Amino acid sequence: MSPMYSPGRAAKTVSRKHVRIGVAAALVLLITAAFFDFPQYYNQGAKWLNARSGLGLPEYHGVDFALGLDLQGGAHLVYEADISQIPADERADAVEGVRDVIERRVNALGVSEPVVQTNRSGDTWRVIVELPGVTNVEQAIKAIGETPVLEFKEESPEGRTLTDEERAKLGETNEKEKARADEARKRAASGEDFAKLAQEFSDDAATKDKGGALGSQGEGGPYPRFVEWAKGAKPGAISPLIEDHDGYNVVRLIETRANGVEVRASHILICYQGAQFCQRDTAKEDARKLAEELKTKTTQSNFASLAAQNSTEPNAATTKGDLGWFGRGAMVKPFEDAVFAMQKGAISEIVESDFGFHLIYKTGERPRTEYDLARILVRKTTEGDILPPDARWKTTGLSGKQLVRAQLQFDNSGFPVVGLQFNDEGKELFAELTRRNVNKSIAVFLDGAPITVPVVNEPIETGNAVISGSFTIQSAKQLAQRLNAGALPVPISLVSQQTVGATLGRSSLDASIFAGLLGFAAVALFMMLYYRVPGLVAVVALCVYAAALLAIFKFLPVTLTLAGIAGLILSIGMAVDANVLIFERTKEELRAGRPLSSAIEEGFTRAWLSIRDSNASTLITCAILYWMGSSIVRGFAVTLALGVLASMFSSITVSRVLLRFVSPWIQGTRLVLGAKGQSSQPLATSH
Amino acid sequence: MLNIIGTRKLWYLISMLTVGASFAALAVWGLRLGIDFTGGSLLEVEFTNARPQVQDMRAFFEAQGEPGVVQPASEKGYIVRTKHLDEAKHQEILKKMREAFGKDQEVQEHRFETVGPTVSAELRRKSLYAIGLVCLFIVLYIAFAFRKASHPVSSWKYGIVAVVALIHDVAIPTGVFAALGHFRDIEVDTLFVTALLTILGFSVHDTIVVFDRIRENILRARNASFADIVNTATNQTISRSINTSLTTLLALLAVLFFGGETTRYFALALSIGIVVGTYSSIFLASPLLVTWCGWRKR
Repeated sequence: MSPMYSPGRAAKTVSRKHVRIGVAAALVLLITAAFFDFPQYYNQGAKWLNARSGLGLPEYHGVDFALGLDLQGGAHLVYEADISQIPADERADAVEGVRDVIERRVNALGVSEPVVQTNRSGDTWRVIVELPGVTNVEQAIKAIGETPVLEFKEESPEGRTLTDEERAKLGETNEKEKARADEARKRAASGEDFAKLAQEFSDDAATKDKGGALGSQGEGGPYPRFVEWAKGAKPGAISPLIEDHDGYNVVRLIETRANGVEVRASHILICYQGAQFCQRDTAKEDARKLAEELKTKTTQSNFASLAAQNSTEPNAATTKGDLGWFGRGAMVKPFEDAVFAMQKGAISEIVESDFGFHLIYKTGERPRTEYDLARILVRKTTEGDILPPDARWKTTGLSGKQLVRAQLQFDNSGFPVVGLQFNDEGKELFAELTRRNVNKSIAVFLDGAPITVPVVNEPIETGNAVISGSFTIQSAKQLAQRLNAGALPVPISLVSQQTVGATLGRSSLDASIFAGLLGFAAVALFMMLYYRVPGLVAVVALCVYAAALLAIFKFLPVTLTLAGIAGLILSIGMAVDANVLIFERTKEELRAGRPLSSAIEEGFTRAWLSIRDSNASTLITCAILYWMGSSIVRGFAVTLALGVLASMFSSITVSRVLLRFVSPWIQGTRLVLGAKGQSSQPLATSH
Repeated sequence: MLNIIGTRKLWYLISMLTVGASFAALAVWGLRLGIDFTGGSLLEVEFTNARPQVQDMRAFFEAQGEPGVVQPASEKGYIVRTKHLDEAKHQEILKKMREAFGKDQEVQEHRFETVGPTVSAELRRKSLYAIGLVCLFIVLYIAFAFRKASHPVSSWKYGIVAVVALIHDVAIPTGVFAALGHFRDIEVDTLFVTALLTILGFSVHDTIVVFDRIRENILRARNASFADIVNTATNQTISRSINTSLTTLLALLAVLFFGGETTRYFALALSIGIVVGTYSSIFLASPLLVTWCGWRKR
């Protein structure tokens, strides 16, 4: 019963050339993956090289790993919506509406990449909110937790202004803010780390934890003053205090680079009813005809005055259609494509965009310089902060309480509008409201911010009203949903919360990385000691595996949680398993007398079945874990599953290729698997 | 070559003792269920200068109407477990804590988790379903994968023996955690259930390798006795089983000793599971096949 190898079965032989190609491919994979995983090391190296030799190697910024809440800190909140008062067929919409409102509130908090999702489990409807990196969870919960409030307001004749006392106090506060900004500036100028200063001083929640980085800015962007200053500054310089509408800014120029070209153009816009932001009711074909007519009349010299007279852009009379300098990405695609393709000094054919029909006159083109900027913002308190935000509006008593429903409708011409239906009390109030405000605006507020400000055409007595304007089907539906969310009170309650402070998150992350490296080292050591050279091969394959896996995590992206990293580390141990299976088989074949290269082939072939079956069971478990689990458990399931799949790949392909490559050198020596030289043990006799 | 099959009564004895002890531990002490399953709140705070005495913390929480379990955590912190707190109550407690203990130091909140009763009931339910489903799927998969090895033991038997080994593998870590819960107040949460499910998957992984070898040997040498075939197969795979488990264990031990606090017991459960799983694949699953086959022949 001894498993002697049957001479009839010849092992596959593989040409040396193929093996060399395979090894080269594996090395390339390793280097590319490592590069994507840890670009910071490459960048450091490149910087050093560039400084020494002026080679000008580009730096690669890439993406960061996506970290779960337990690693970067943040909050995971689960809200349950009380849909008991809502008929069954409207529940999905109601909860969607609530999700929308929550998302807007969450975005207003300035949290980066929040996740707001609905979740239904039987009869329970939930909204799950994840706020990574949020520091003040209490404030977030407060902002989210309120039932959406819908109000109808009318113009208030008495706008309020500041009292003298308030004005004096405002001046004092502004002085203090300015001094604070000045301090930040002095410290930055004296060389202190800008990122740390940003964390300490900056009021710009979106950038303060990223070193204040604004990214690449240029002409035509949202920070014209910063760009003006940057033009005359050297990299590393700190600006003087720059005041804008947000407050006092201290700006640092990180880098200057050339980025293609920028253009200057003027345009005449003829919009039509239904186009974005259009206030006119010109039909589309009429608008087109008008634009074509203008095209025949325009020349370089009269473009500006024709624009002032004819363009439907709101402030065309003053700007005369001039858009200033701008780069790519500033305008909508059809406009951008046209203007960048044109010759300087030309006037384009008619260009159609969502806004209407454009005639573009390109007045300039020049190379574009962009500036990598970071800023510290010290917010300046303004009148608006002291006055109530809706000083222009006053409440009327008409609110969501009286709104029965809002829905998407279509008017006589087929354009989407939002239909409102009030109850009896609402009907009365609305009739009075509209009577008082014919030809004036009334505002519809949701959560204290106006969502639409329609003009009243005539008094409405029926309790049914229509809000019309430049709606698309999508925007009308969304507005109706929002109104309904305010109208149908869907109380939400916080049923589950998990908050992890950033320090705990940070220390967990550090500990995991350390454990991971240690685990990897231990496994590598063991493999090399026990299996000798093939063990080394397995370790190299393991490195390729780990690098490729991390690269997949970065780019998919897979959110890494603490349990997920544990899954990753576990899969490192299991990745070795496939190699162990192959080596043990190979050892057996060697003992049975096969030459090394065919023993290797047989080892791989025989082991594949075991590998496939045993990994399948782990994958089944991962699938069930994914279905059952919260986001943390899912993180574990995903990383383990990806790890298992990647390890199957790496052991079957990478290990095999490397082992084939190396086998001619180690044949017949003690270096192979620690098994050479031992005589075959007599196997099994029955007893 | 070791005679594993011949000495199988010894292994059965060992297994029955350990599993019996685990069941006893579960029956007597039960598992300490964490807030994931019972609902409730967990608050982890740290005091920057000197933390108050345990009794003071306990008295504080009682005075707030939320008596709870207070445990020291790290040098300057506490972990407090109470019933489910809504957000308003949570903030109130934090504020009062700062007033009472935070006069010349900061009170930092590292972690706050609260799970309402509906969510926890659902987690309990889902956990049990998941365990049941995994066992079911594994039986099906093995029966399918081993459908050609039906002589002398039908392929279903492989599946069932595998599941018996699984139950053994899951019972022992659970028993250990029942003991830990009793003596060290260690709690069991969804991460523990995740560990159990992973152990299931991993243990089957191991068992399949042995079965696989048995199947191969059966196909090649039909005239030897089943016991001999199994014994040979087991011996052939011992080295591989142990090495695989060893490498995985090394990685897990790294997490256990050096990884974050929250995954420590997760790694412990997995480590125990892997050791037990390896044992069961070698010393329990194969002998069981032989015993079962022996019954049929009688």
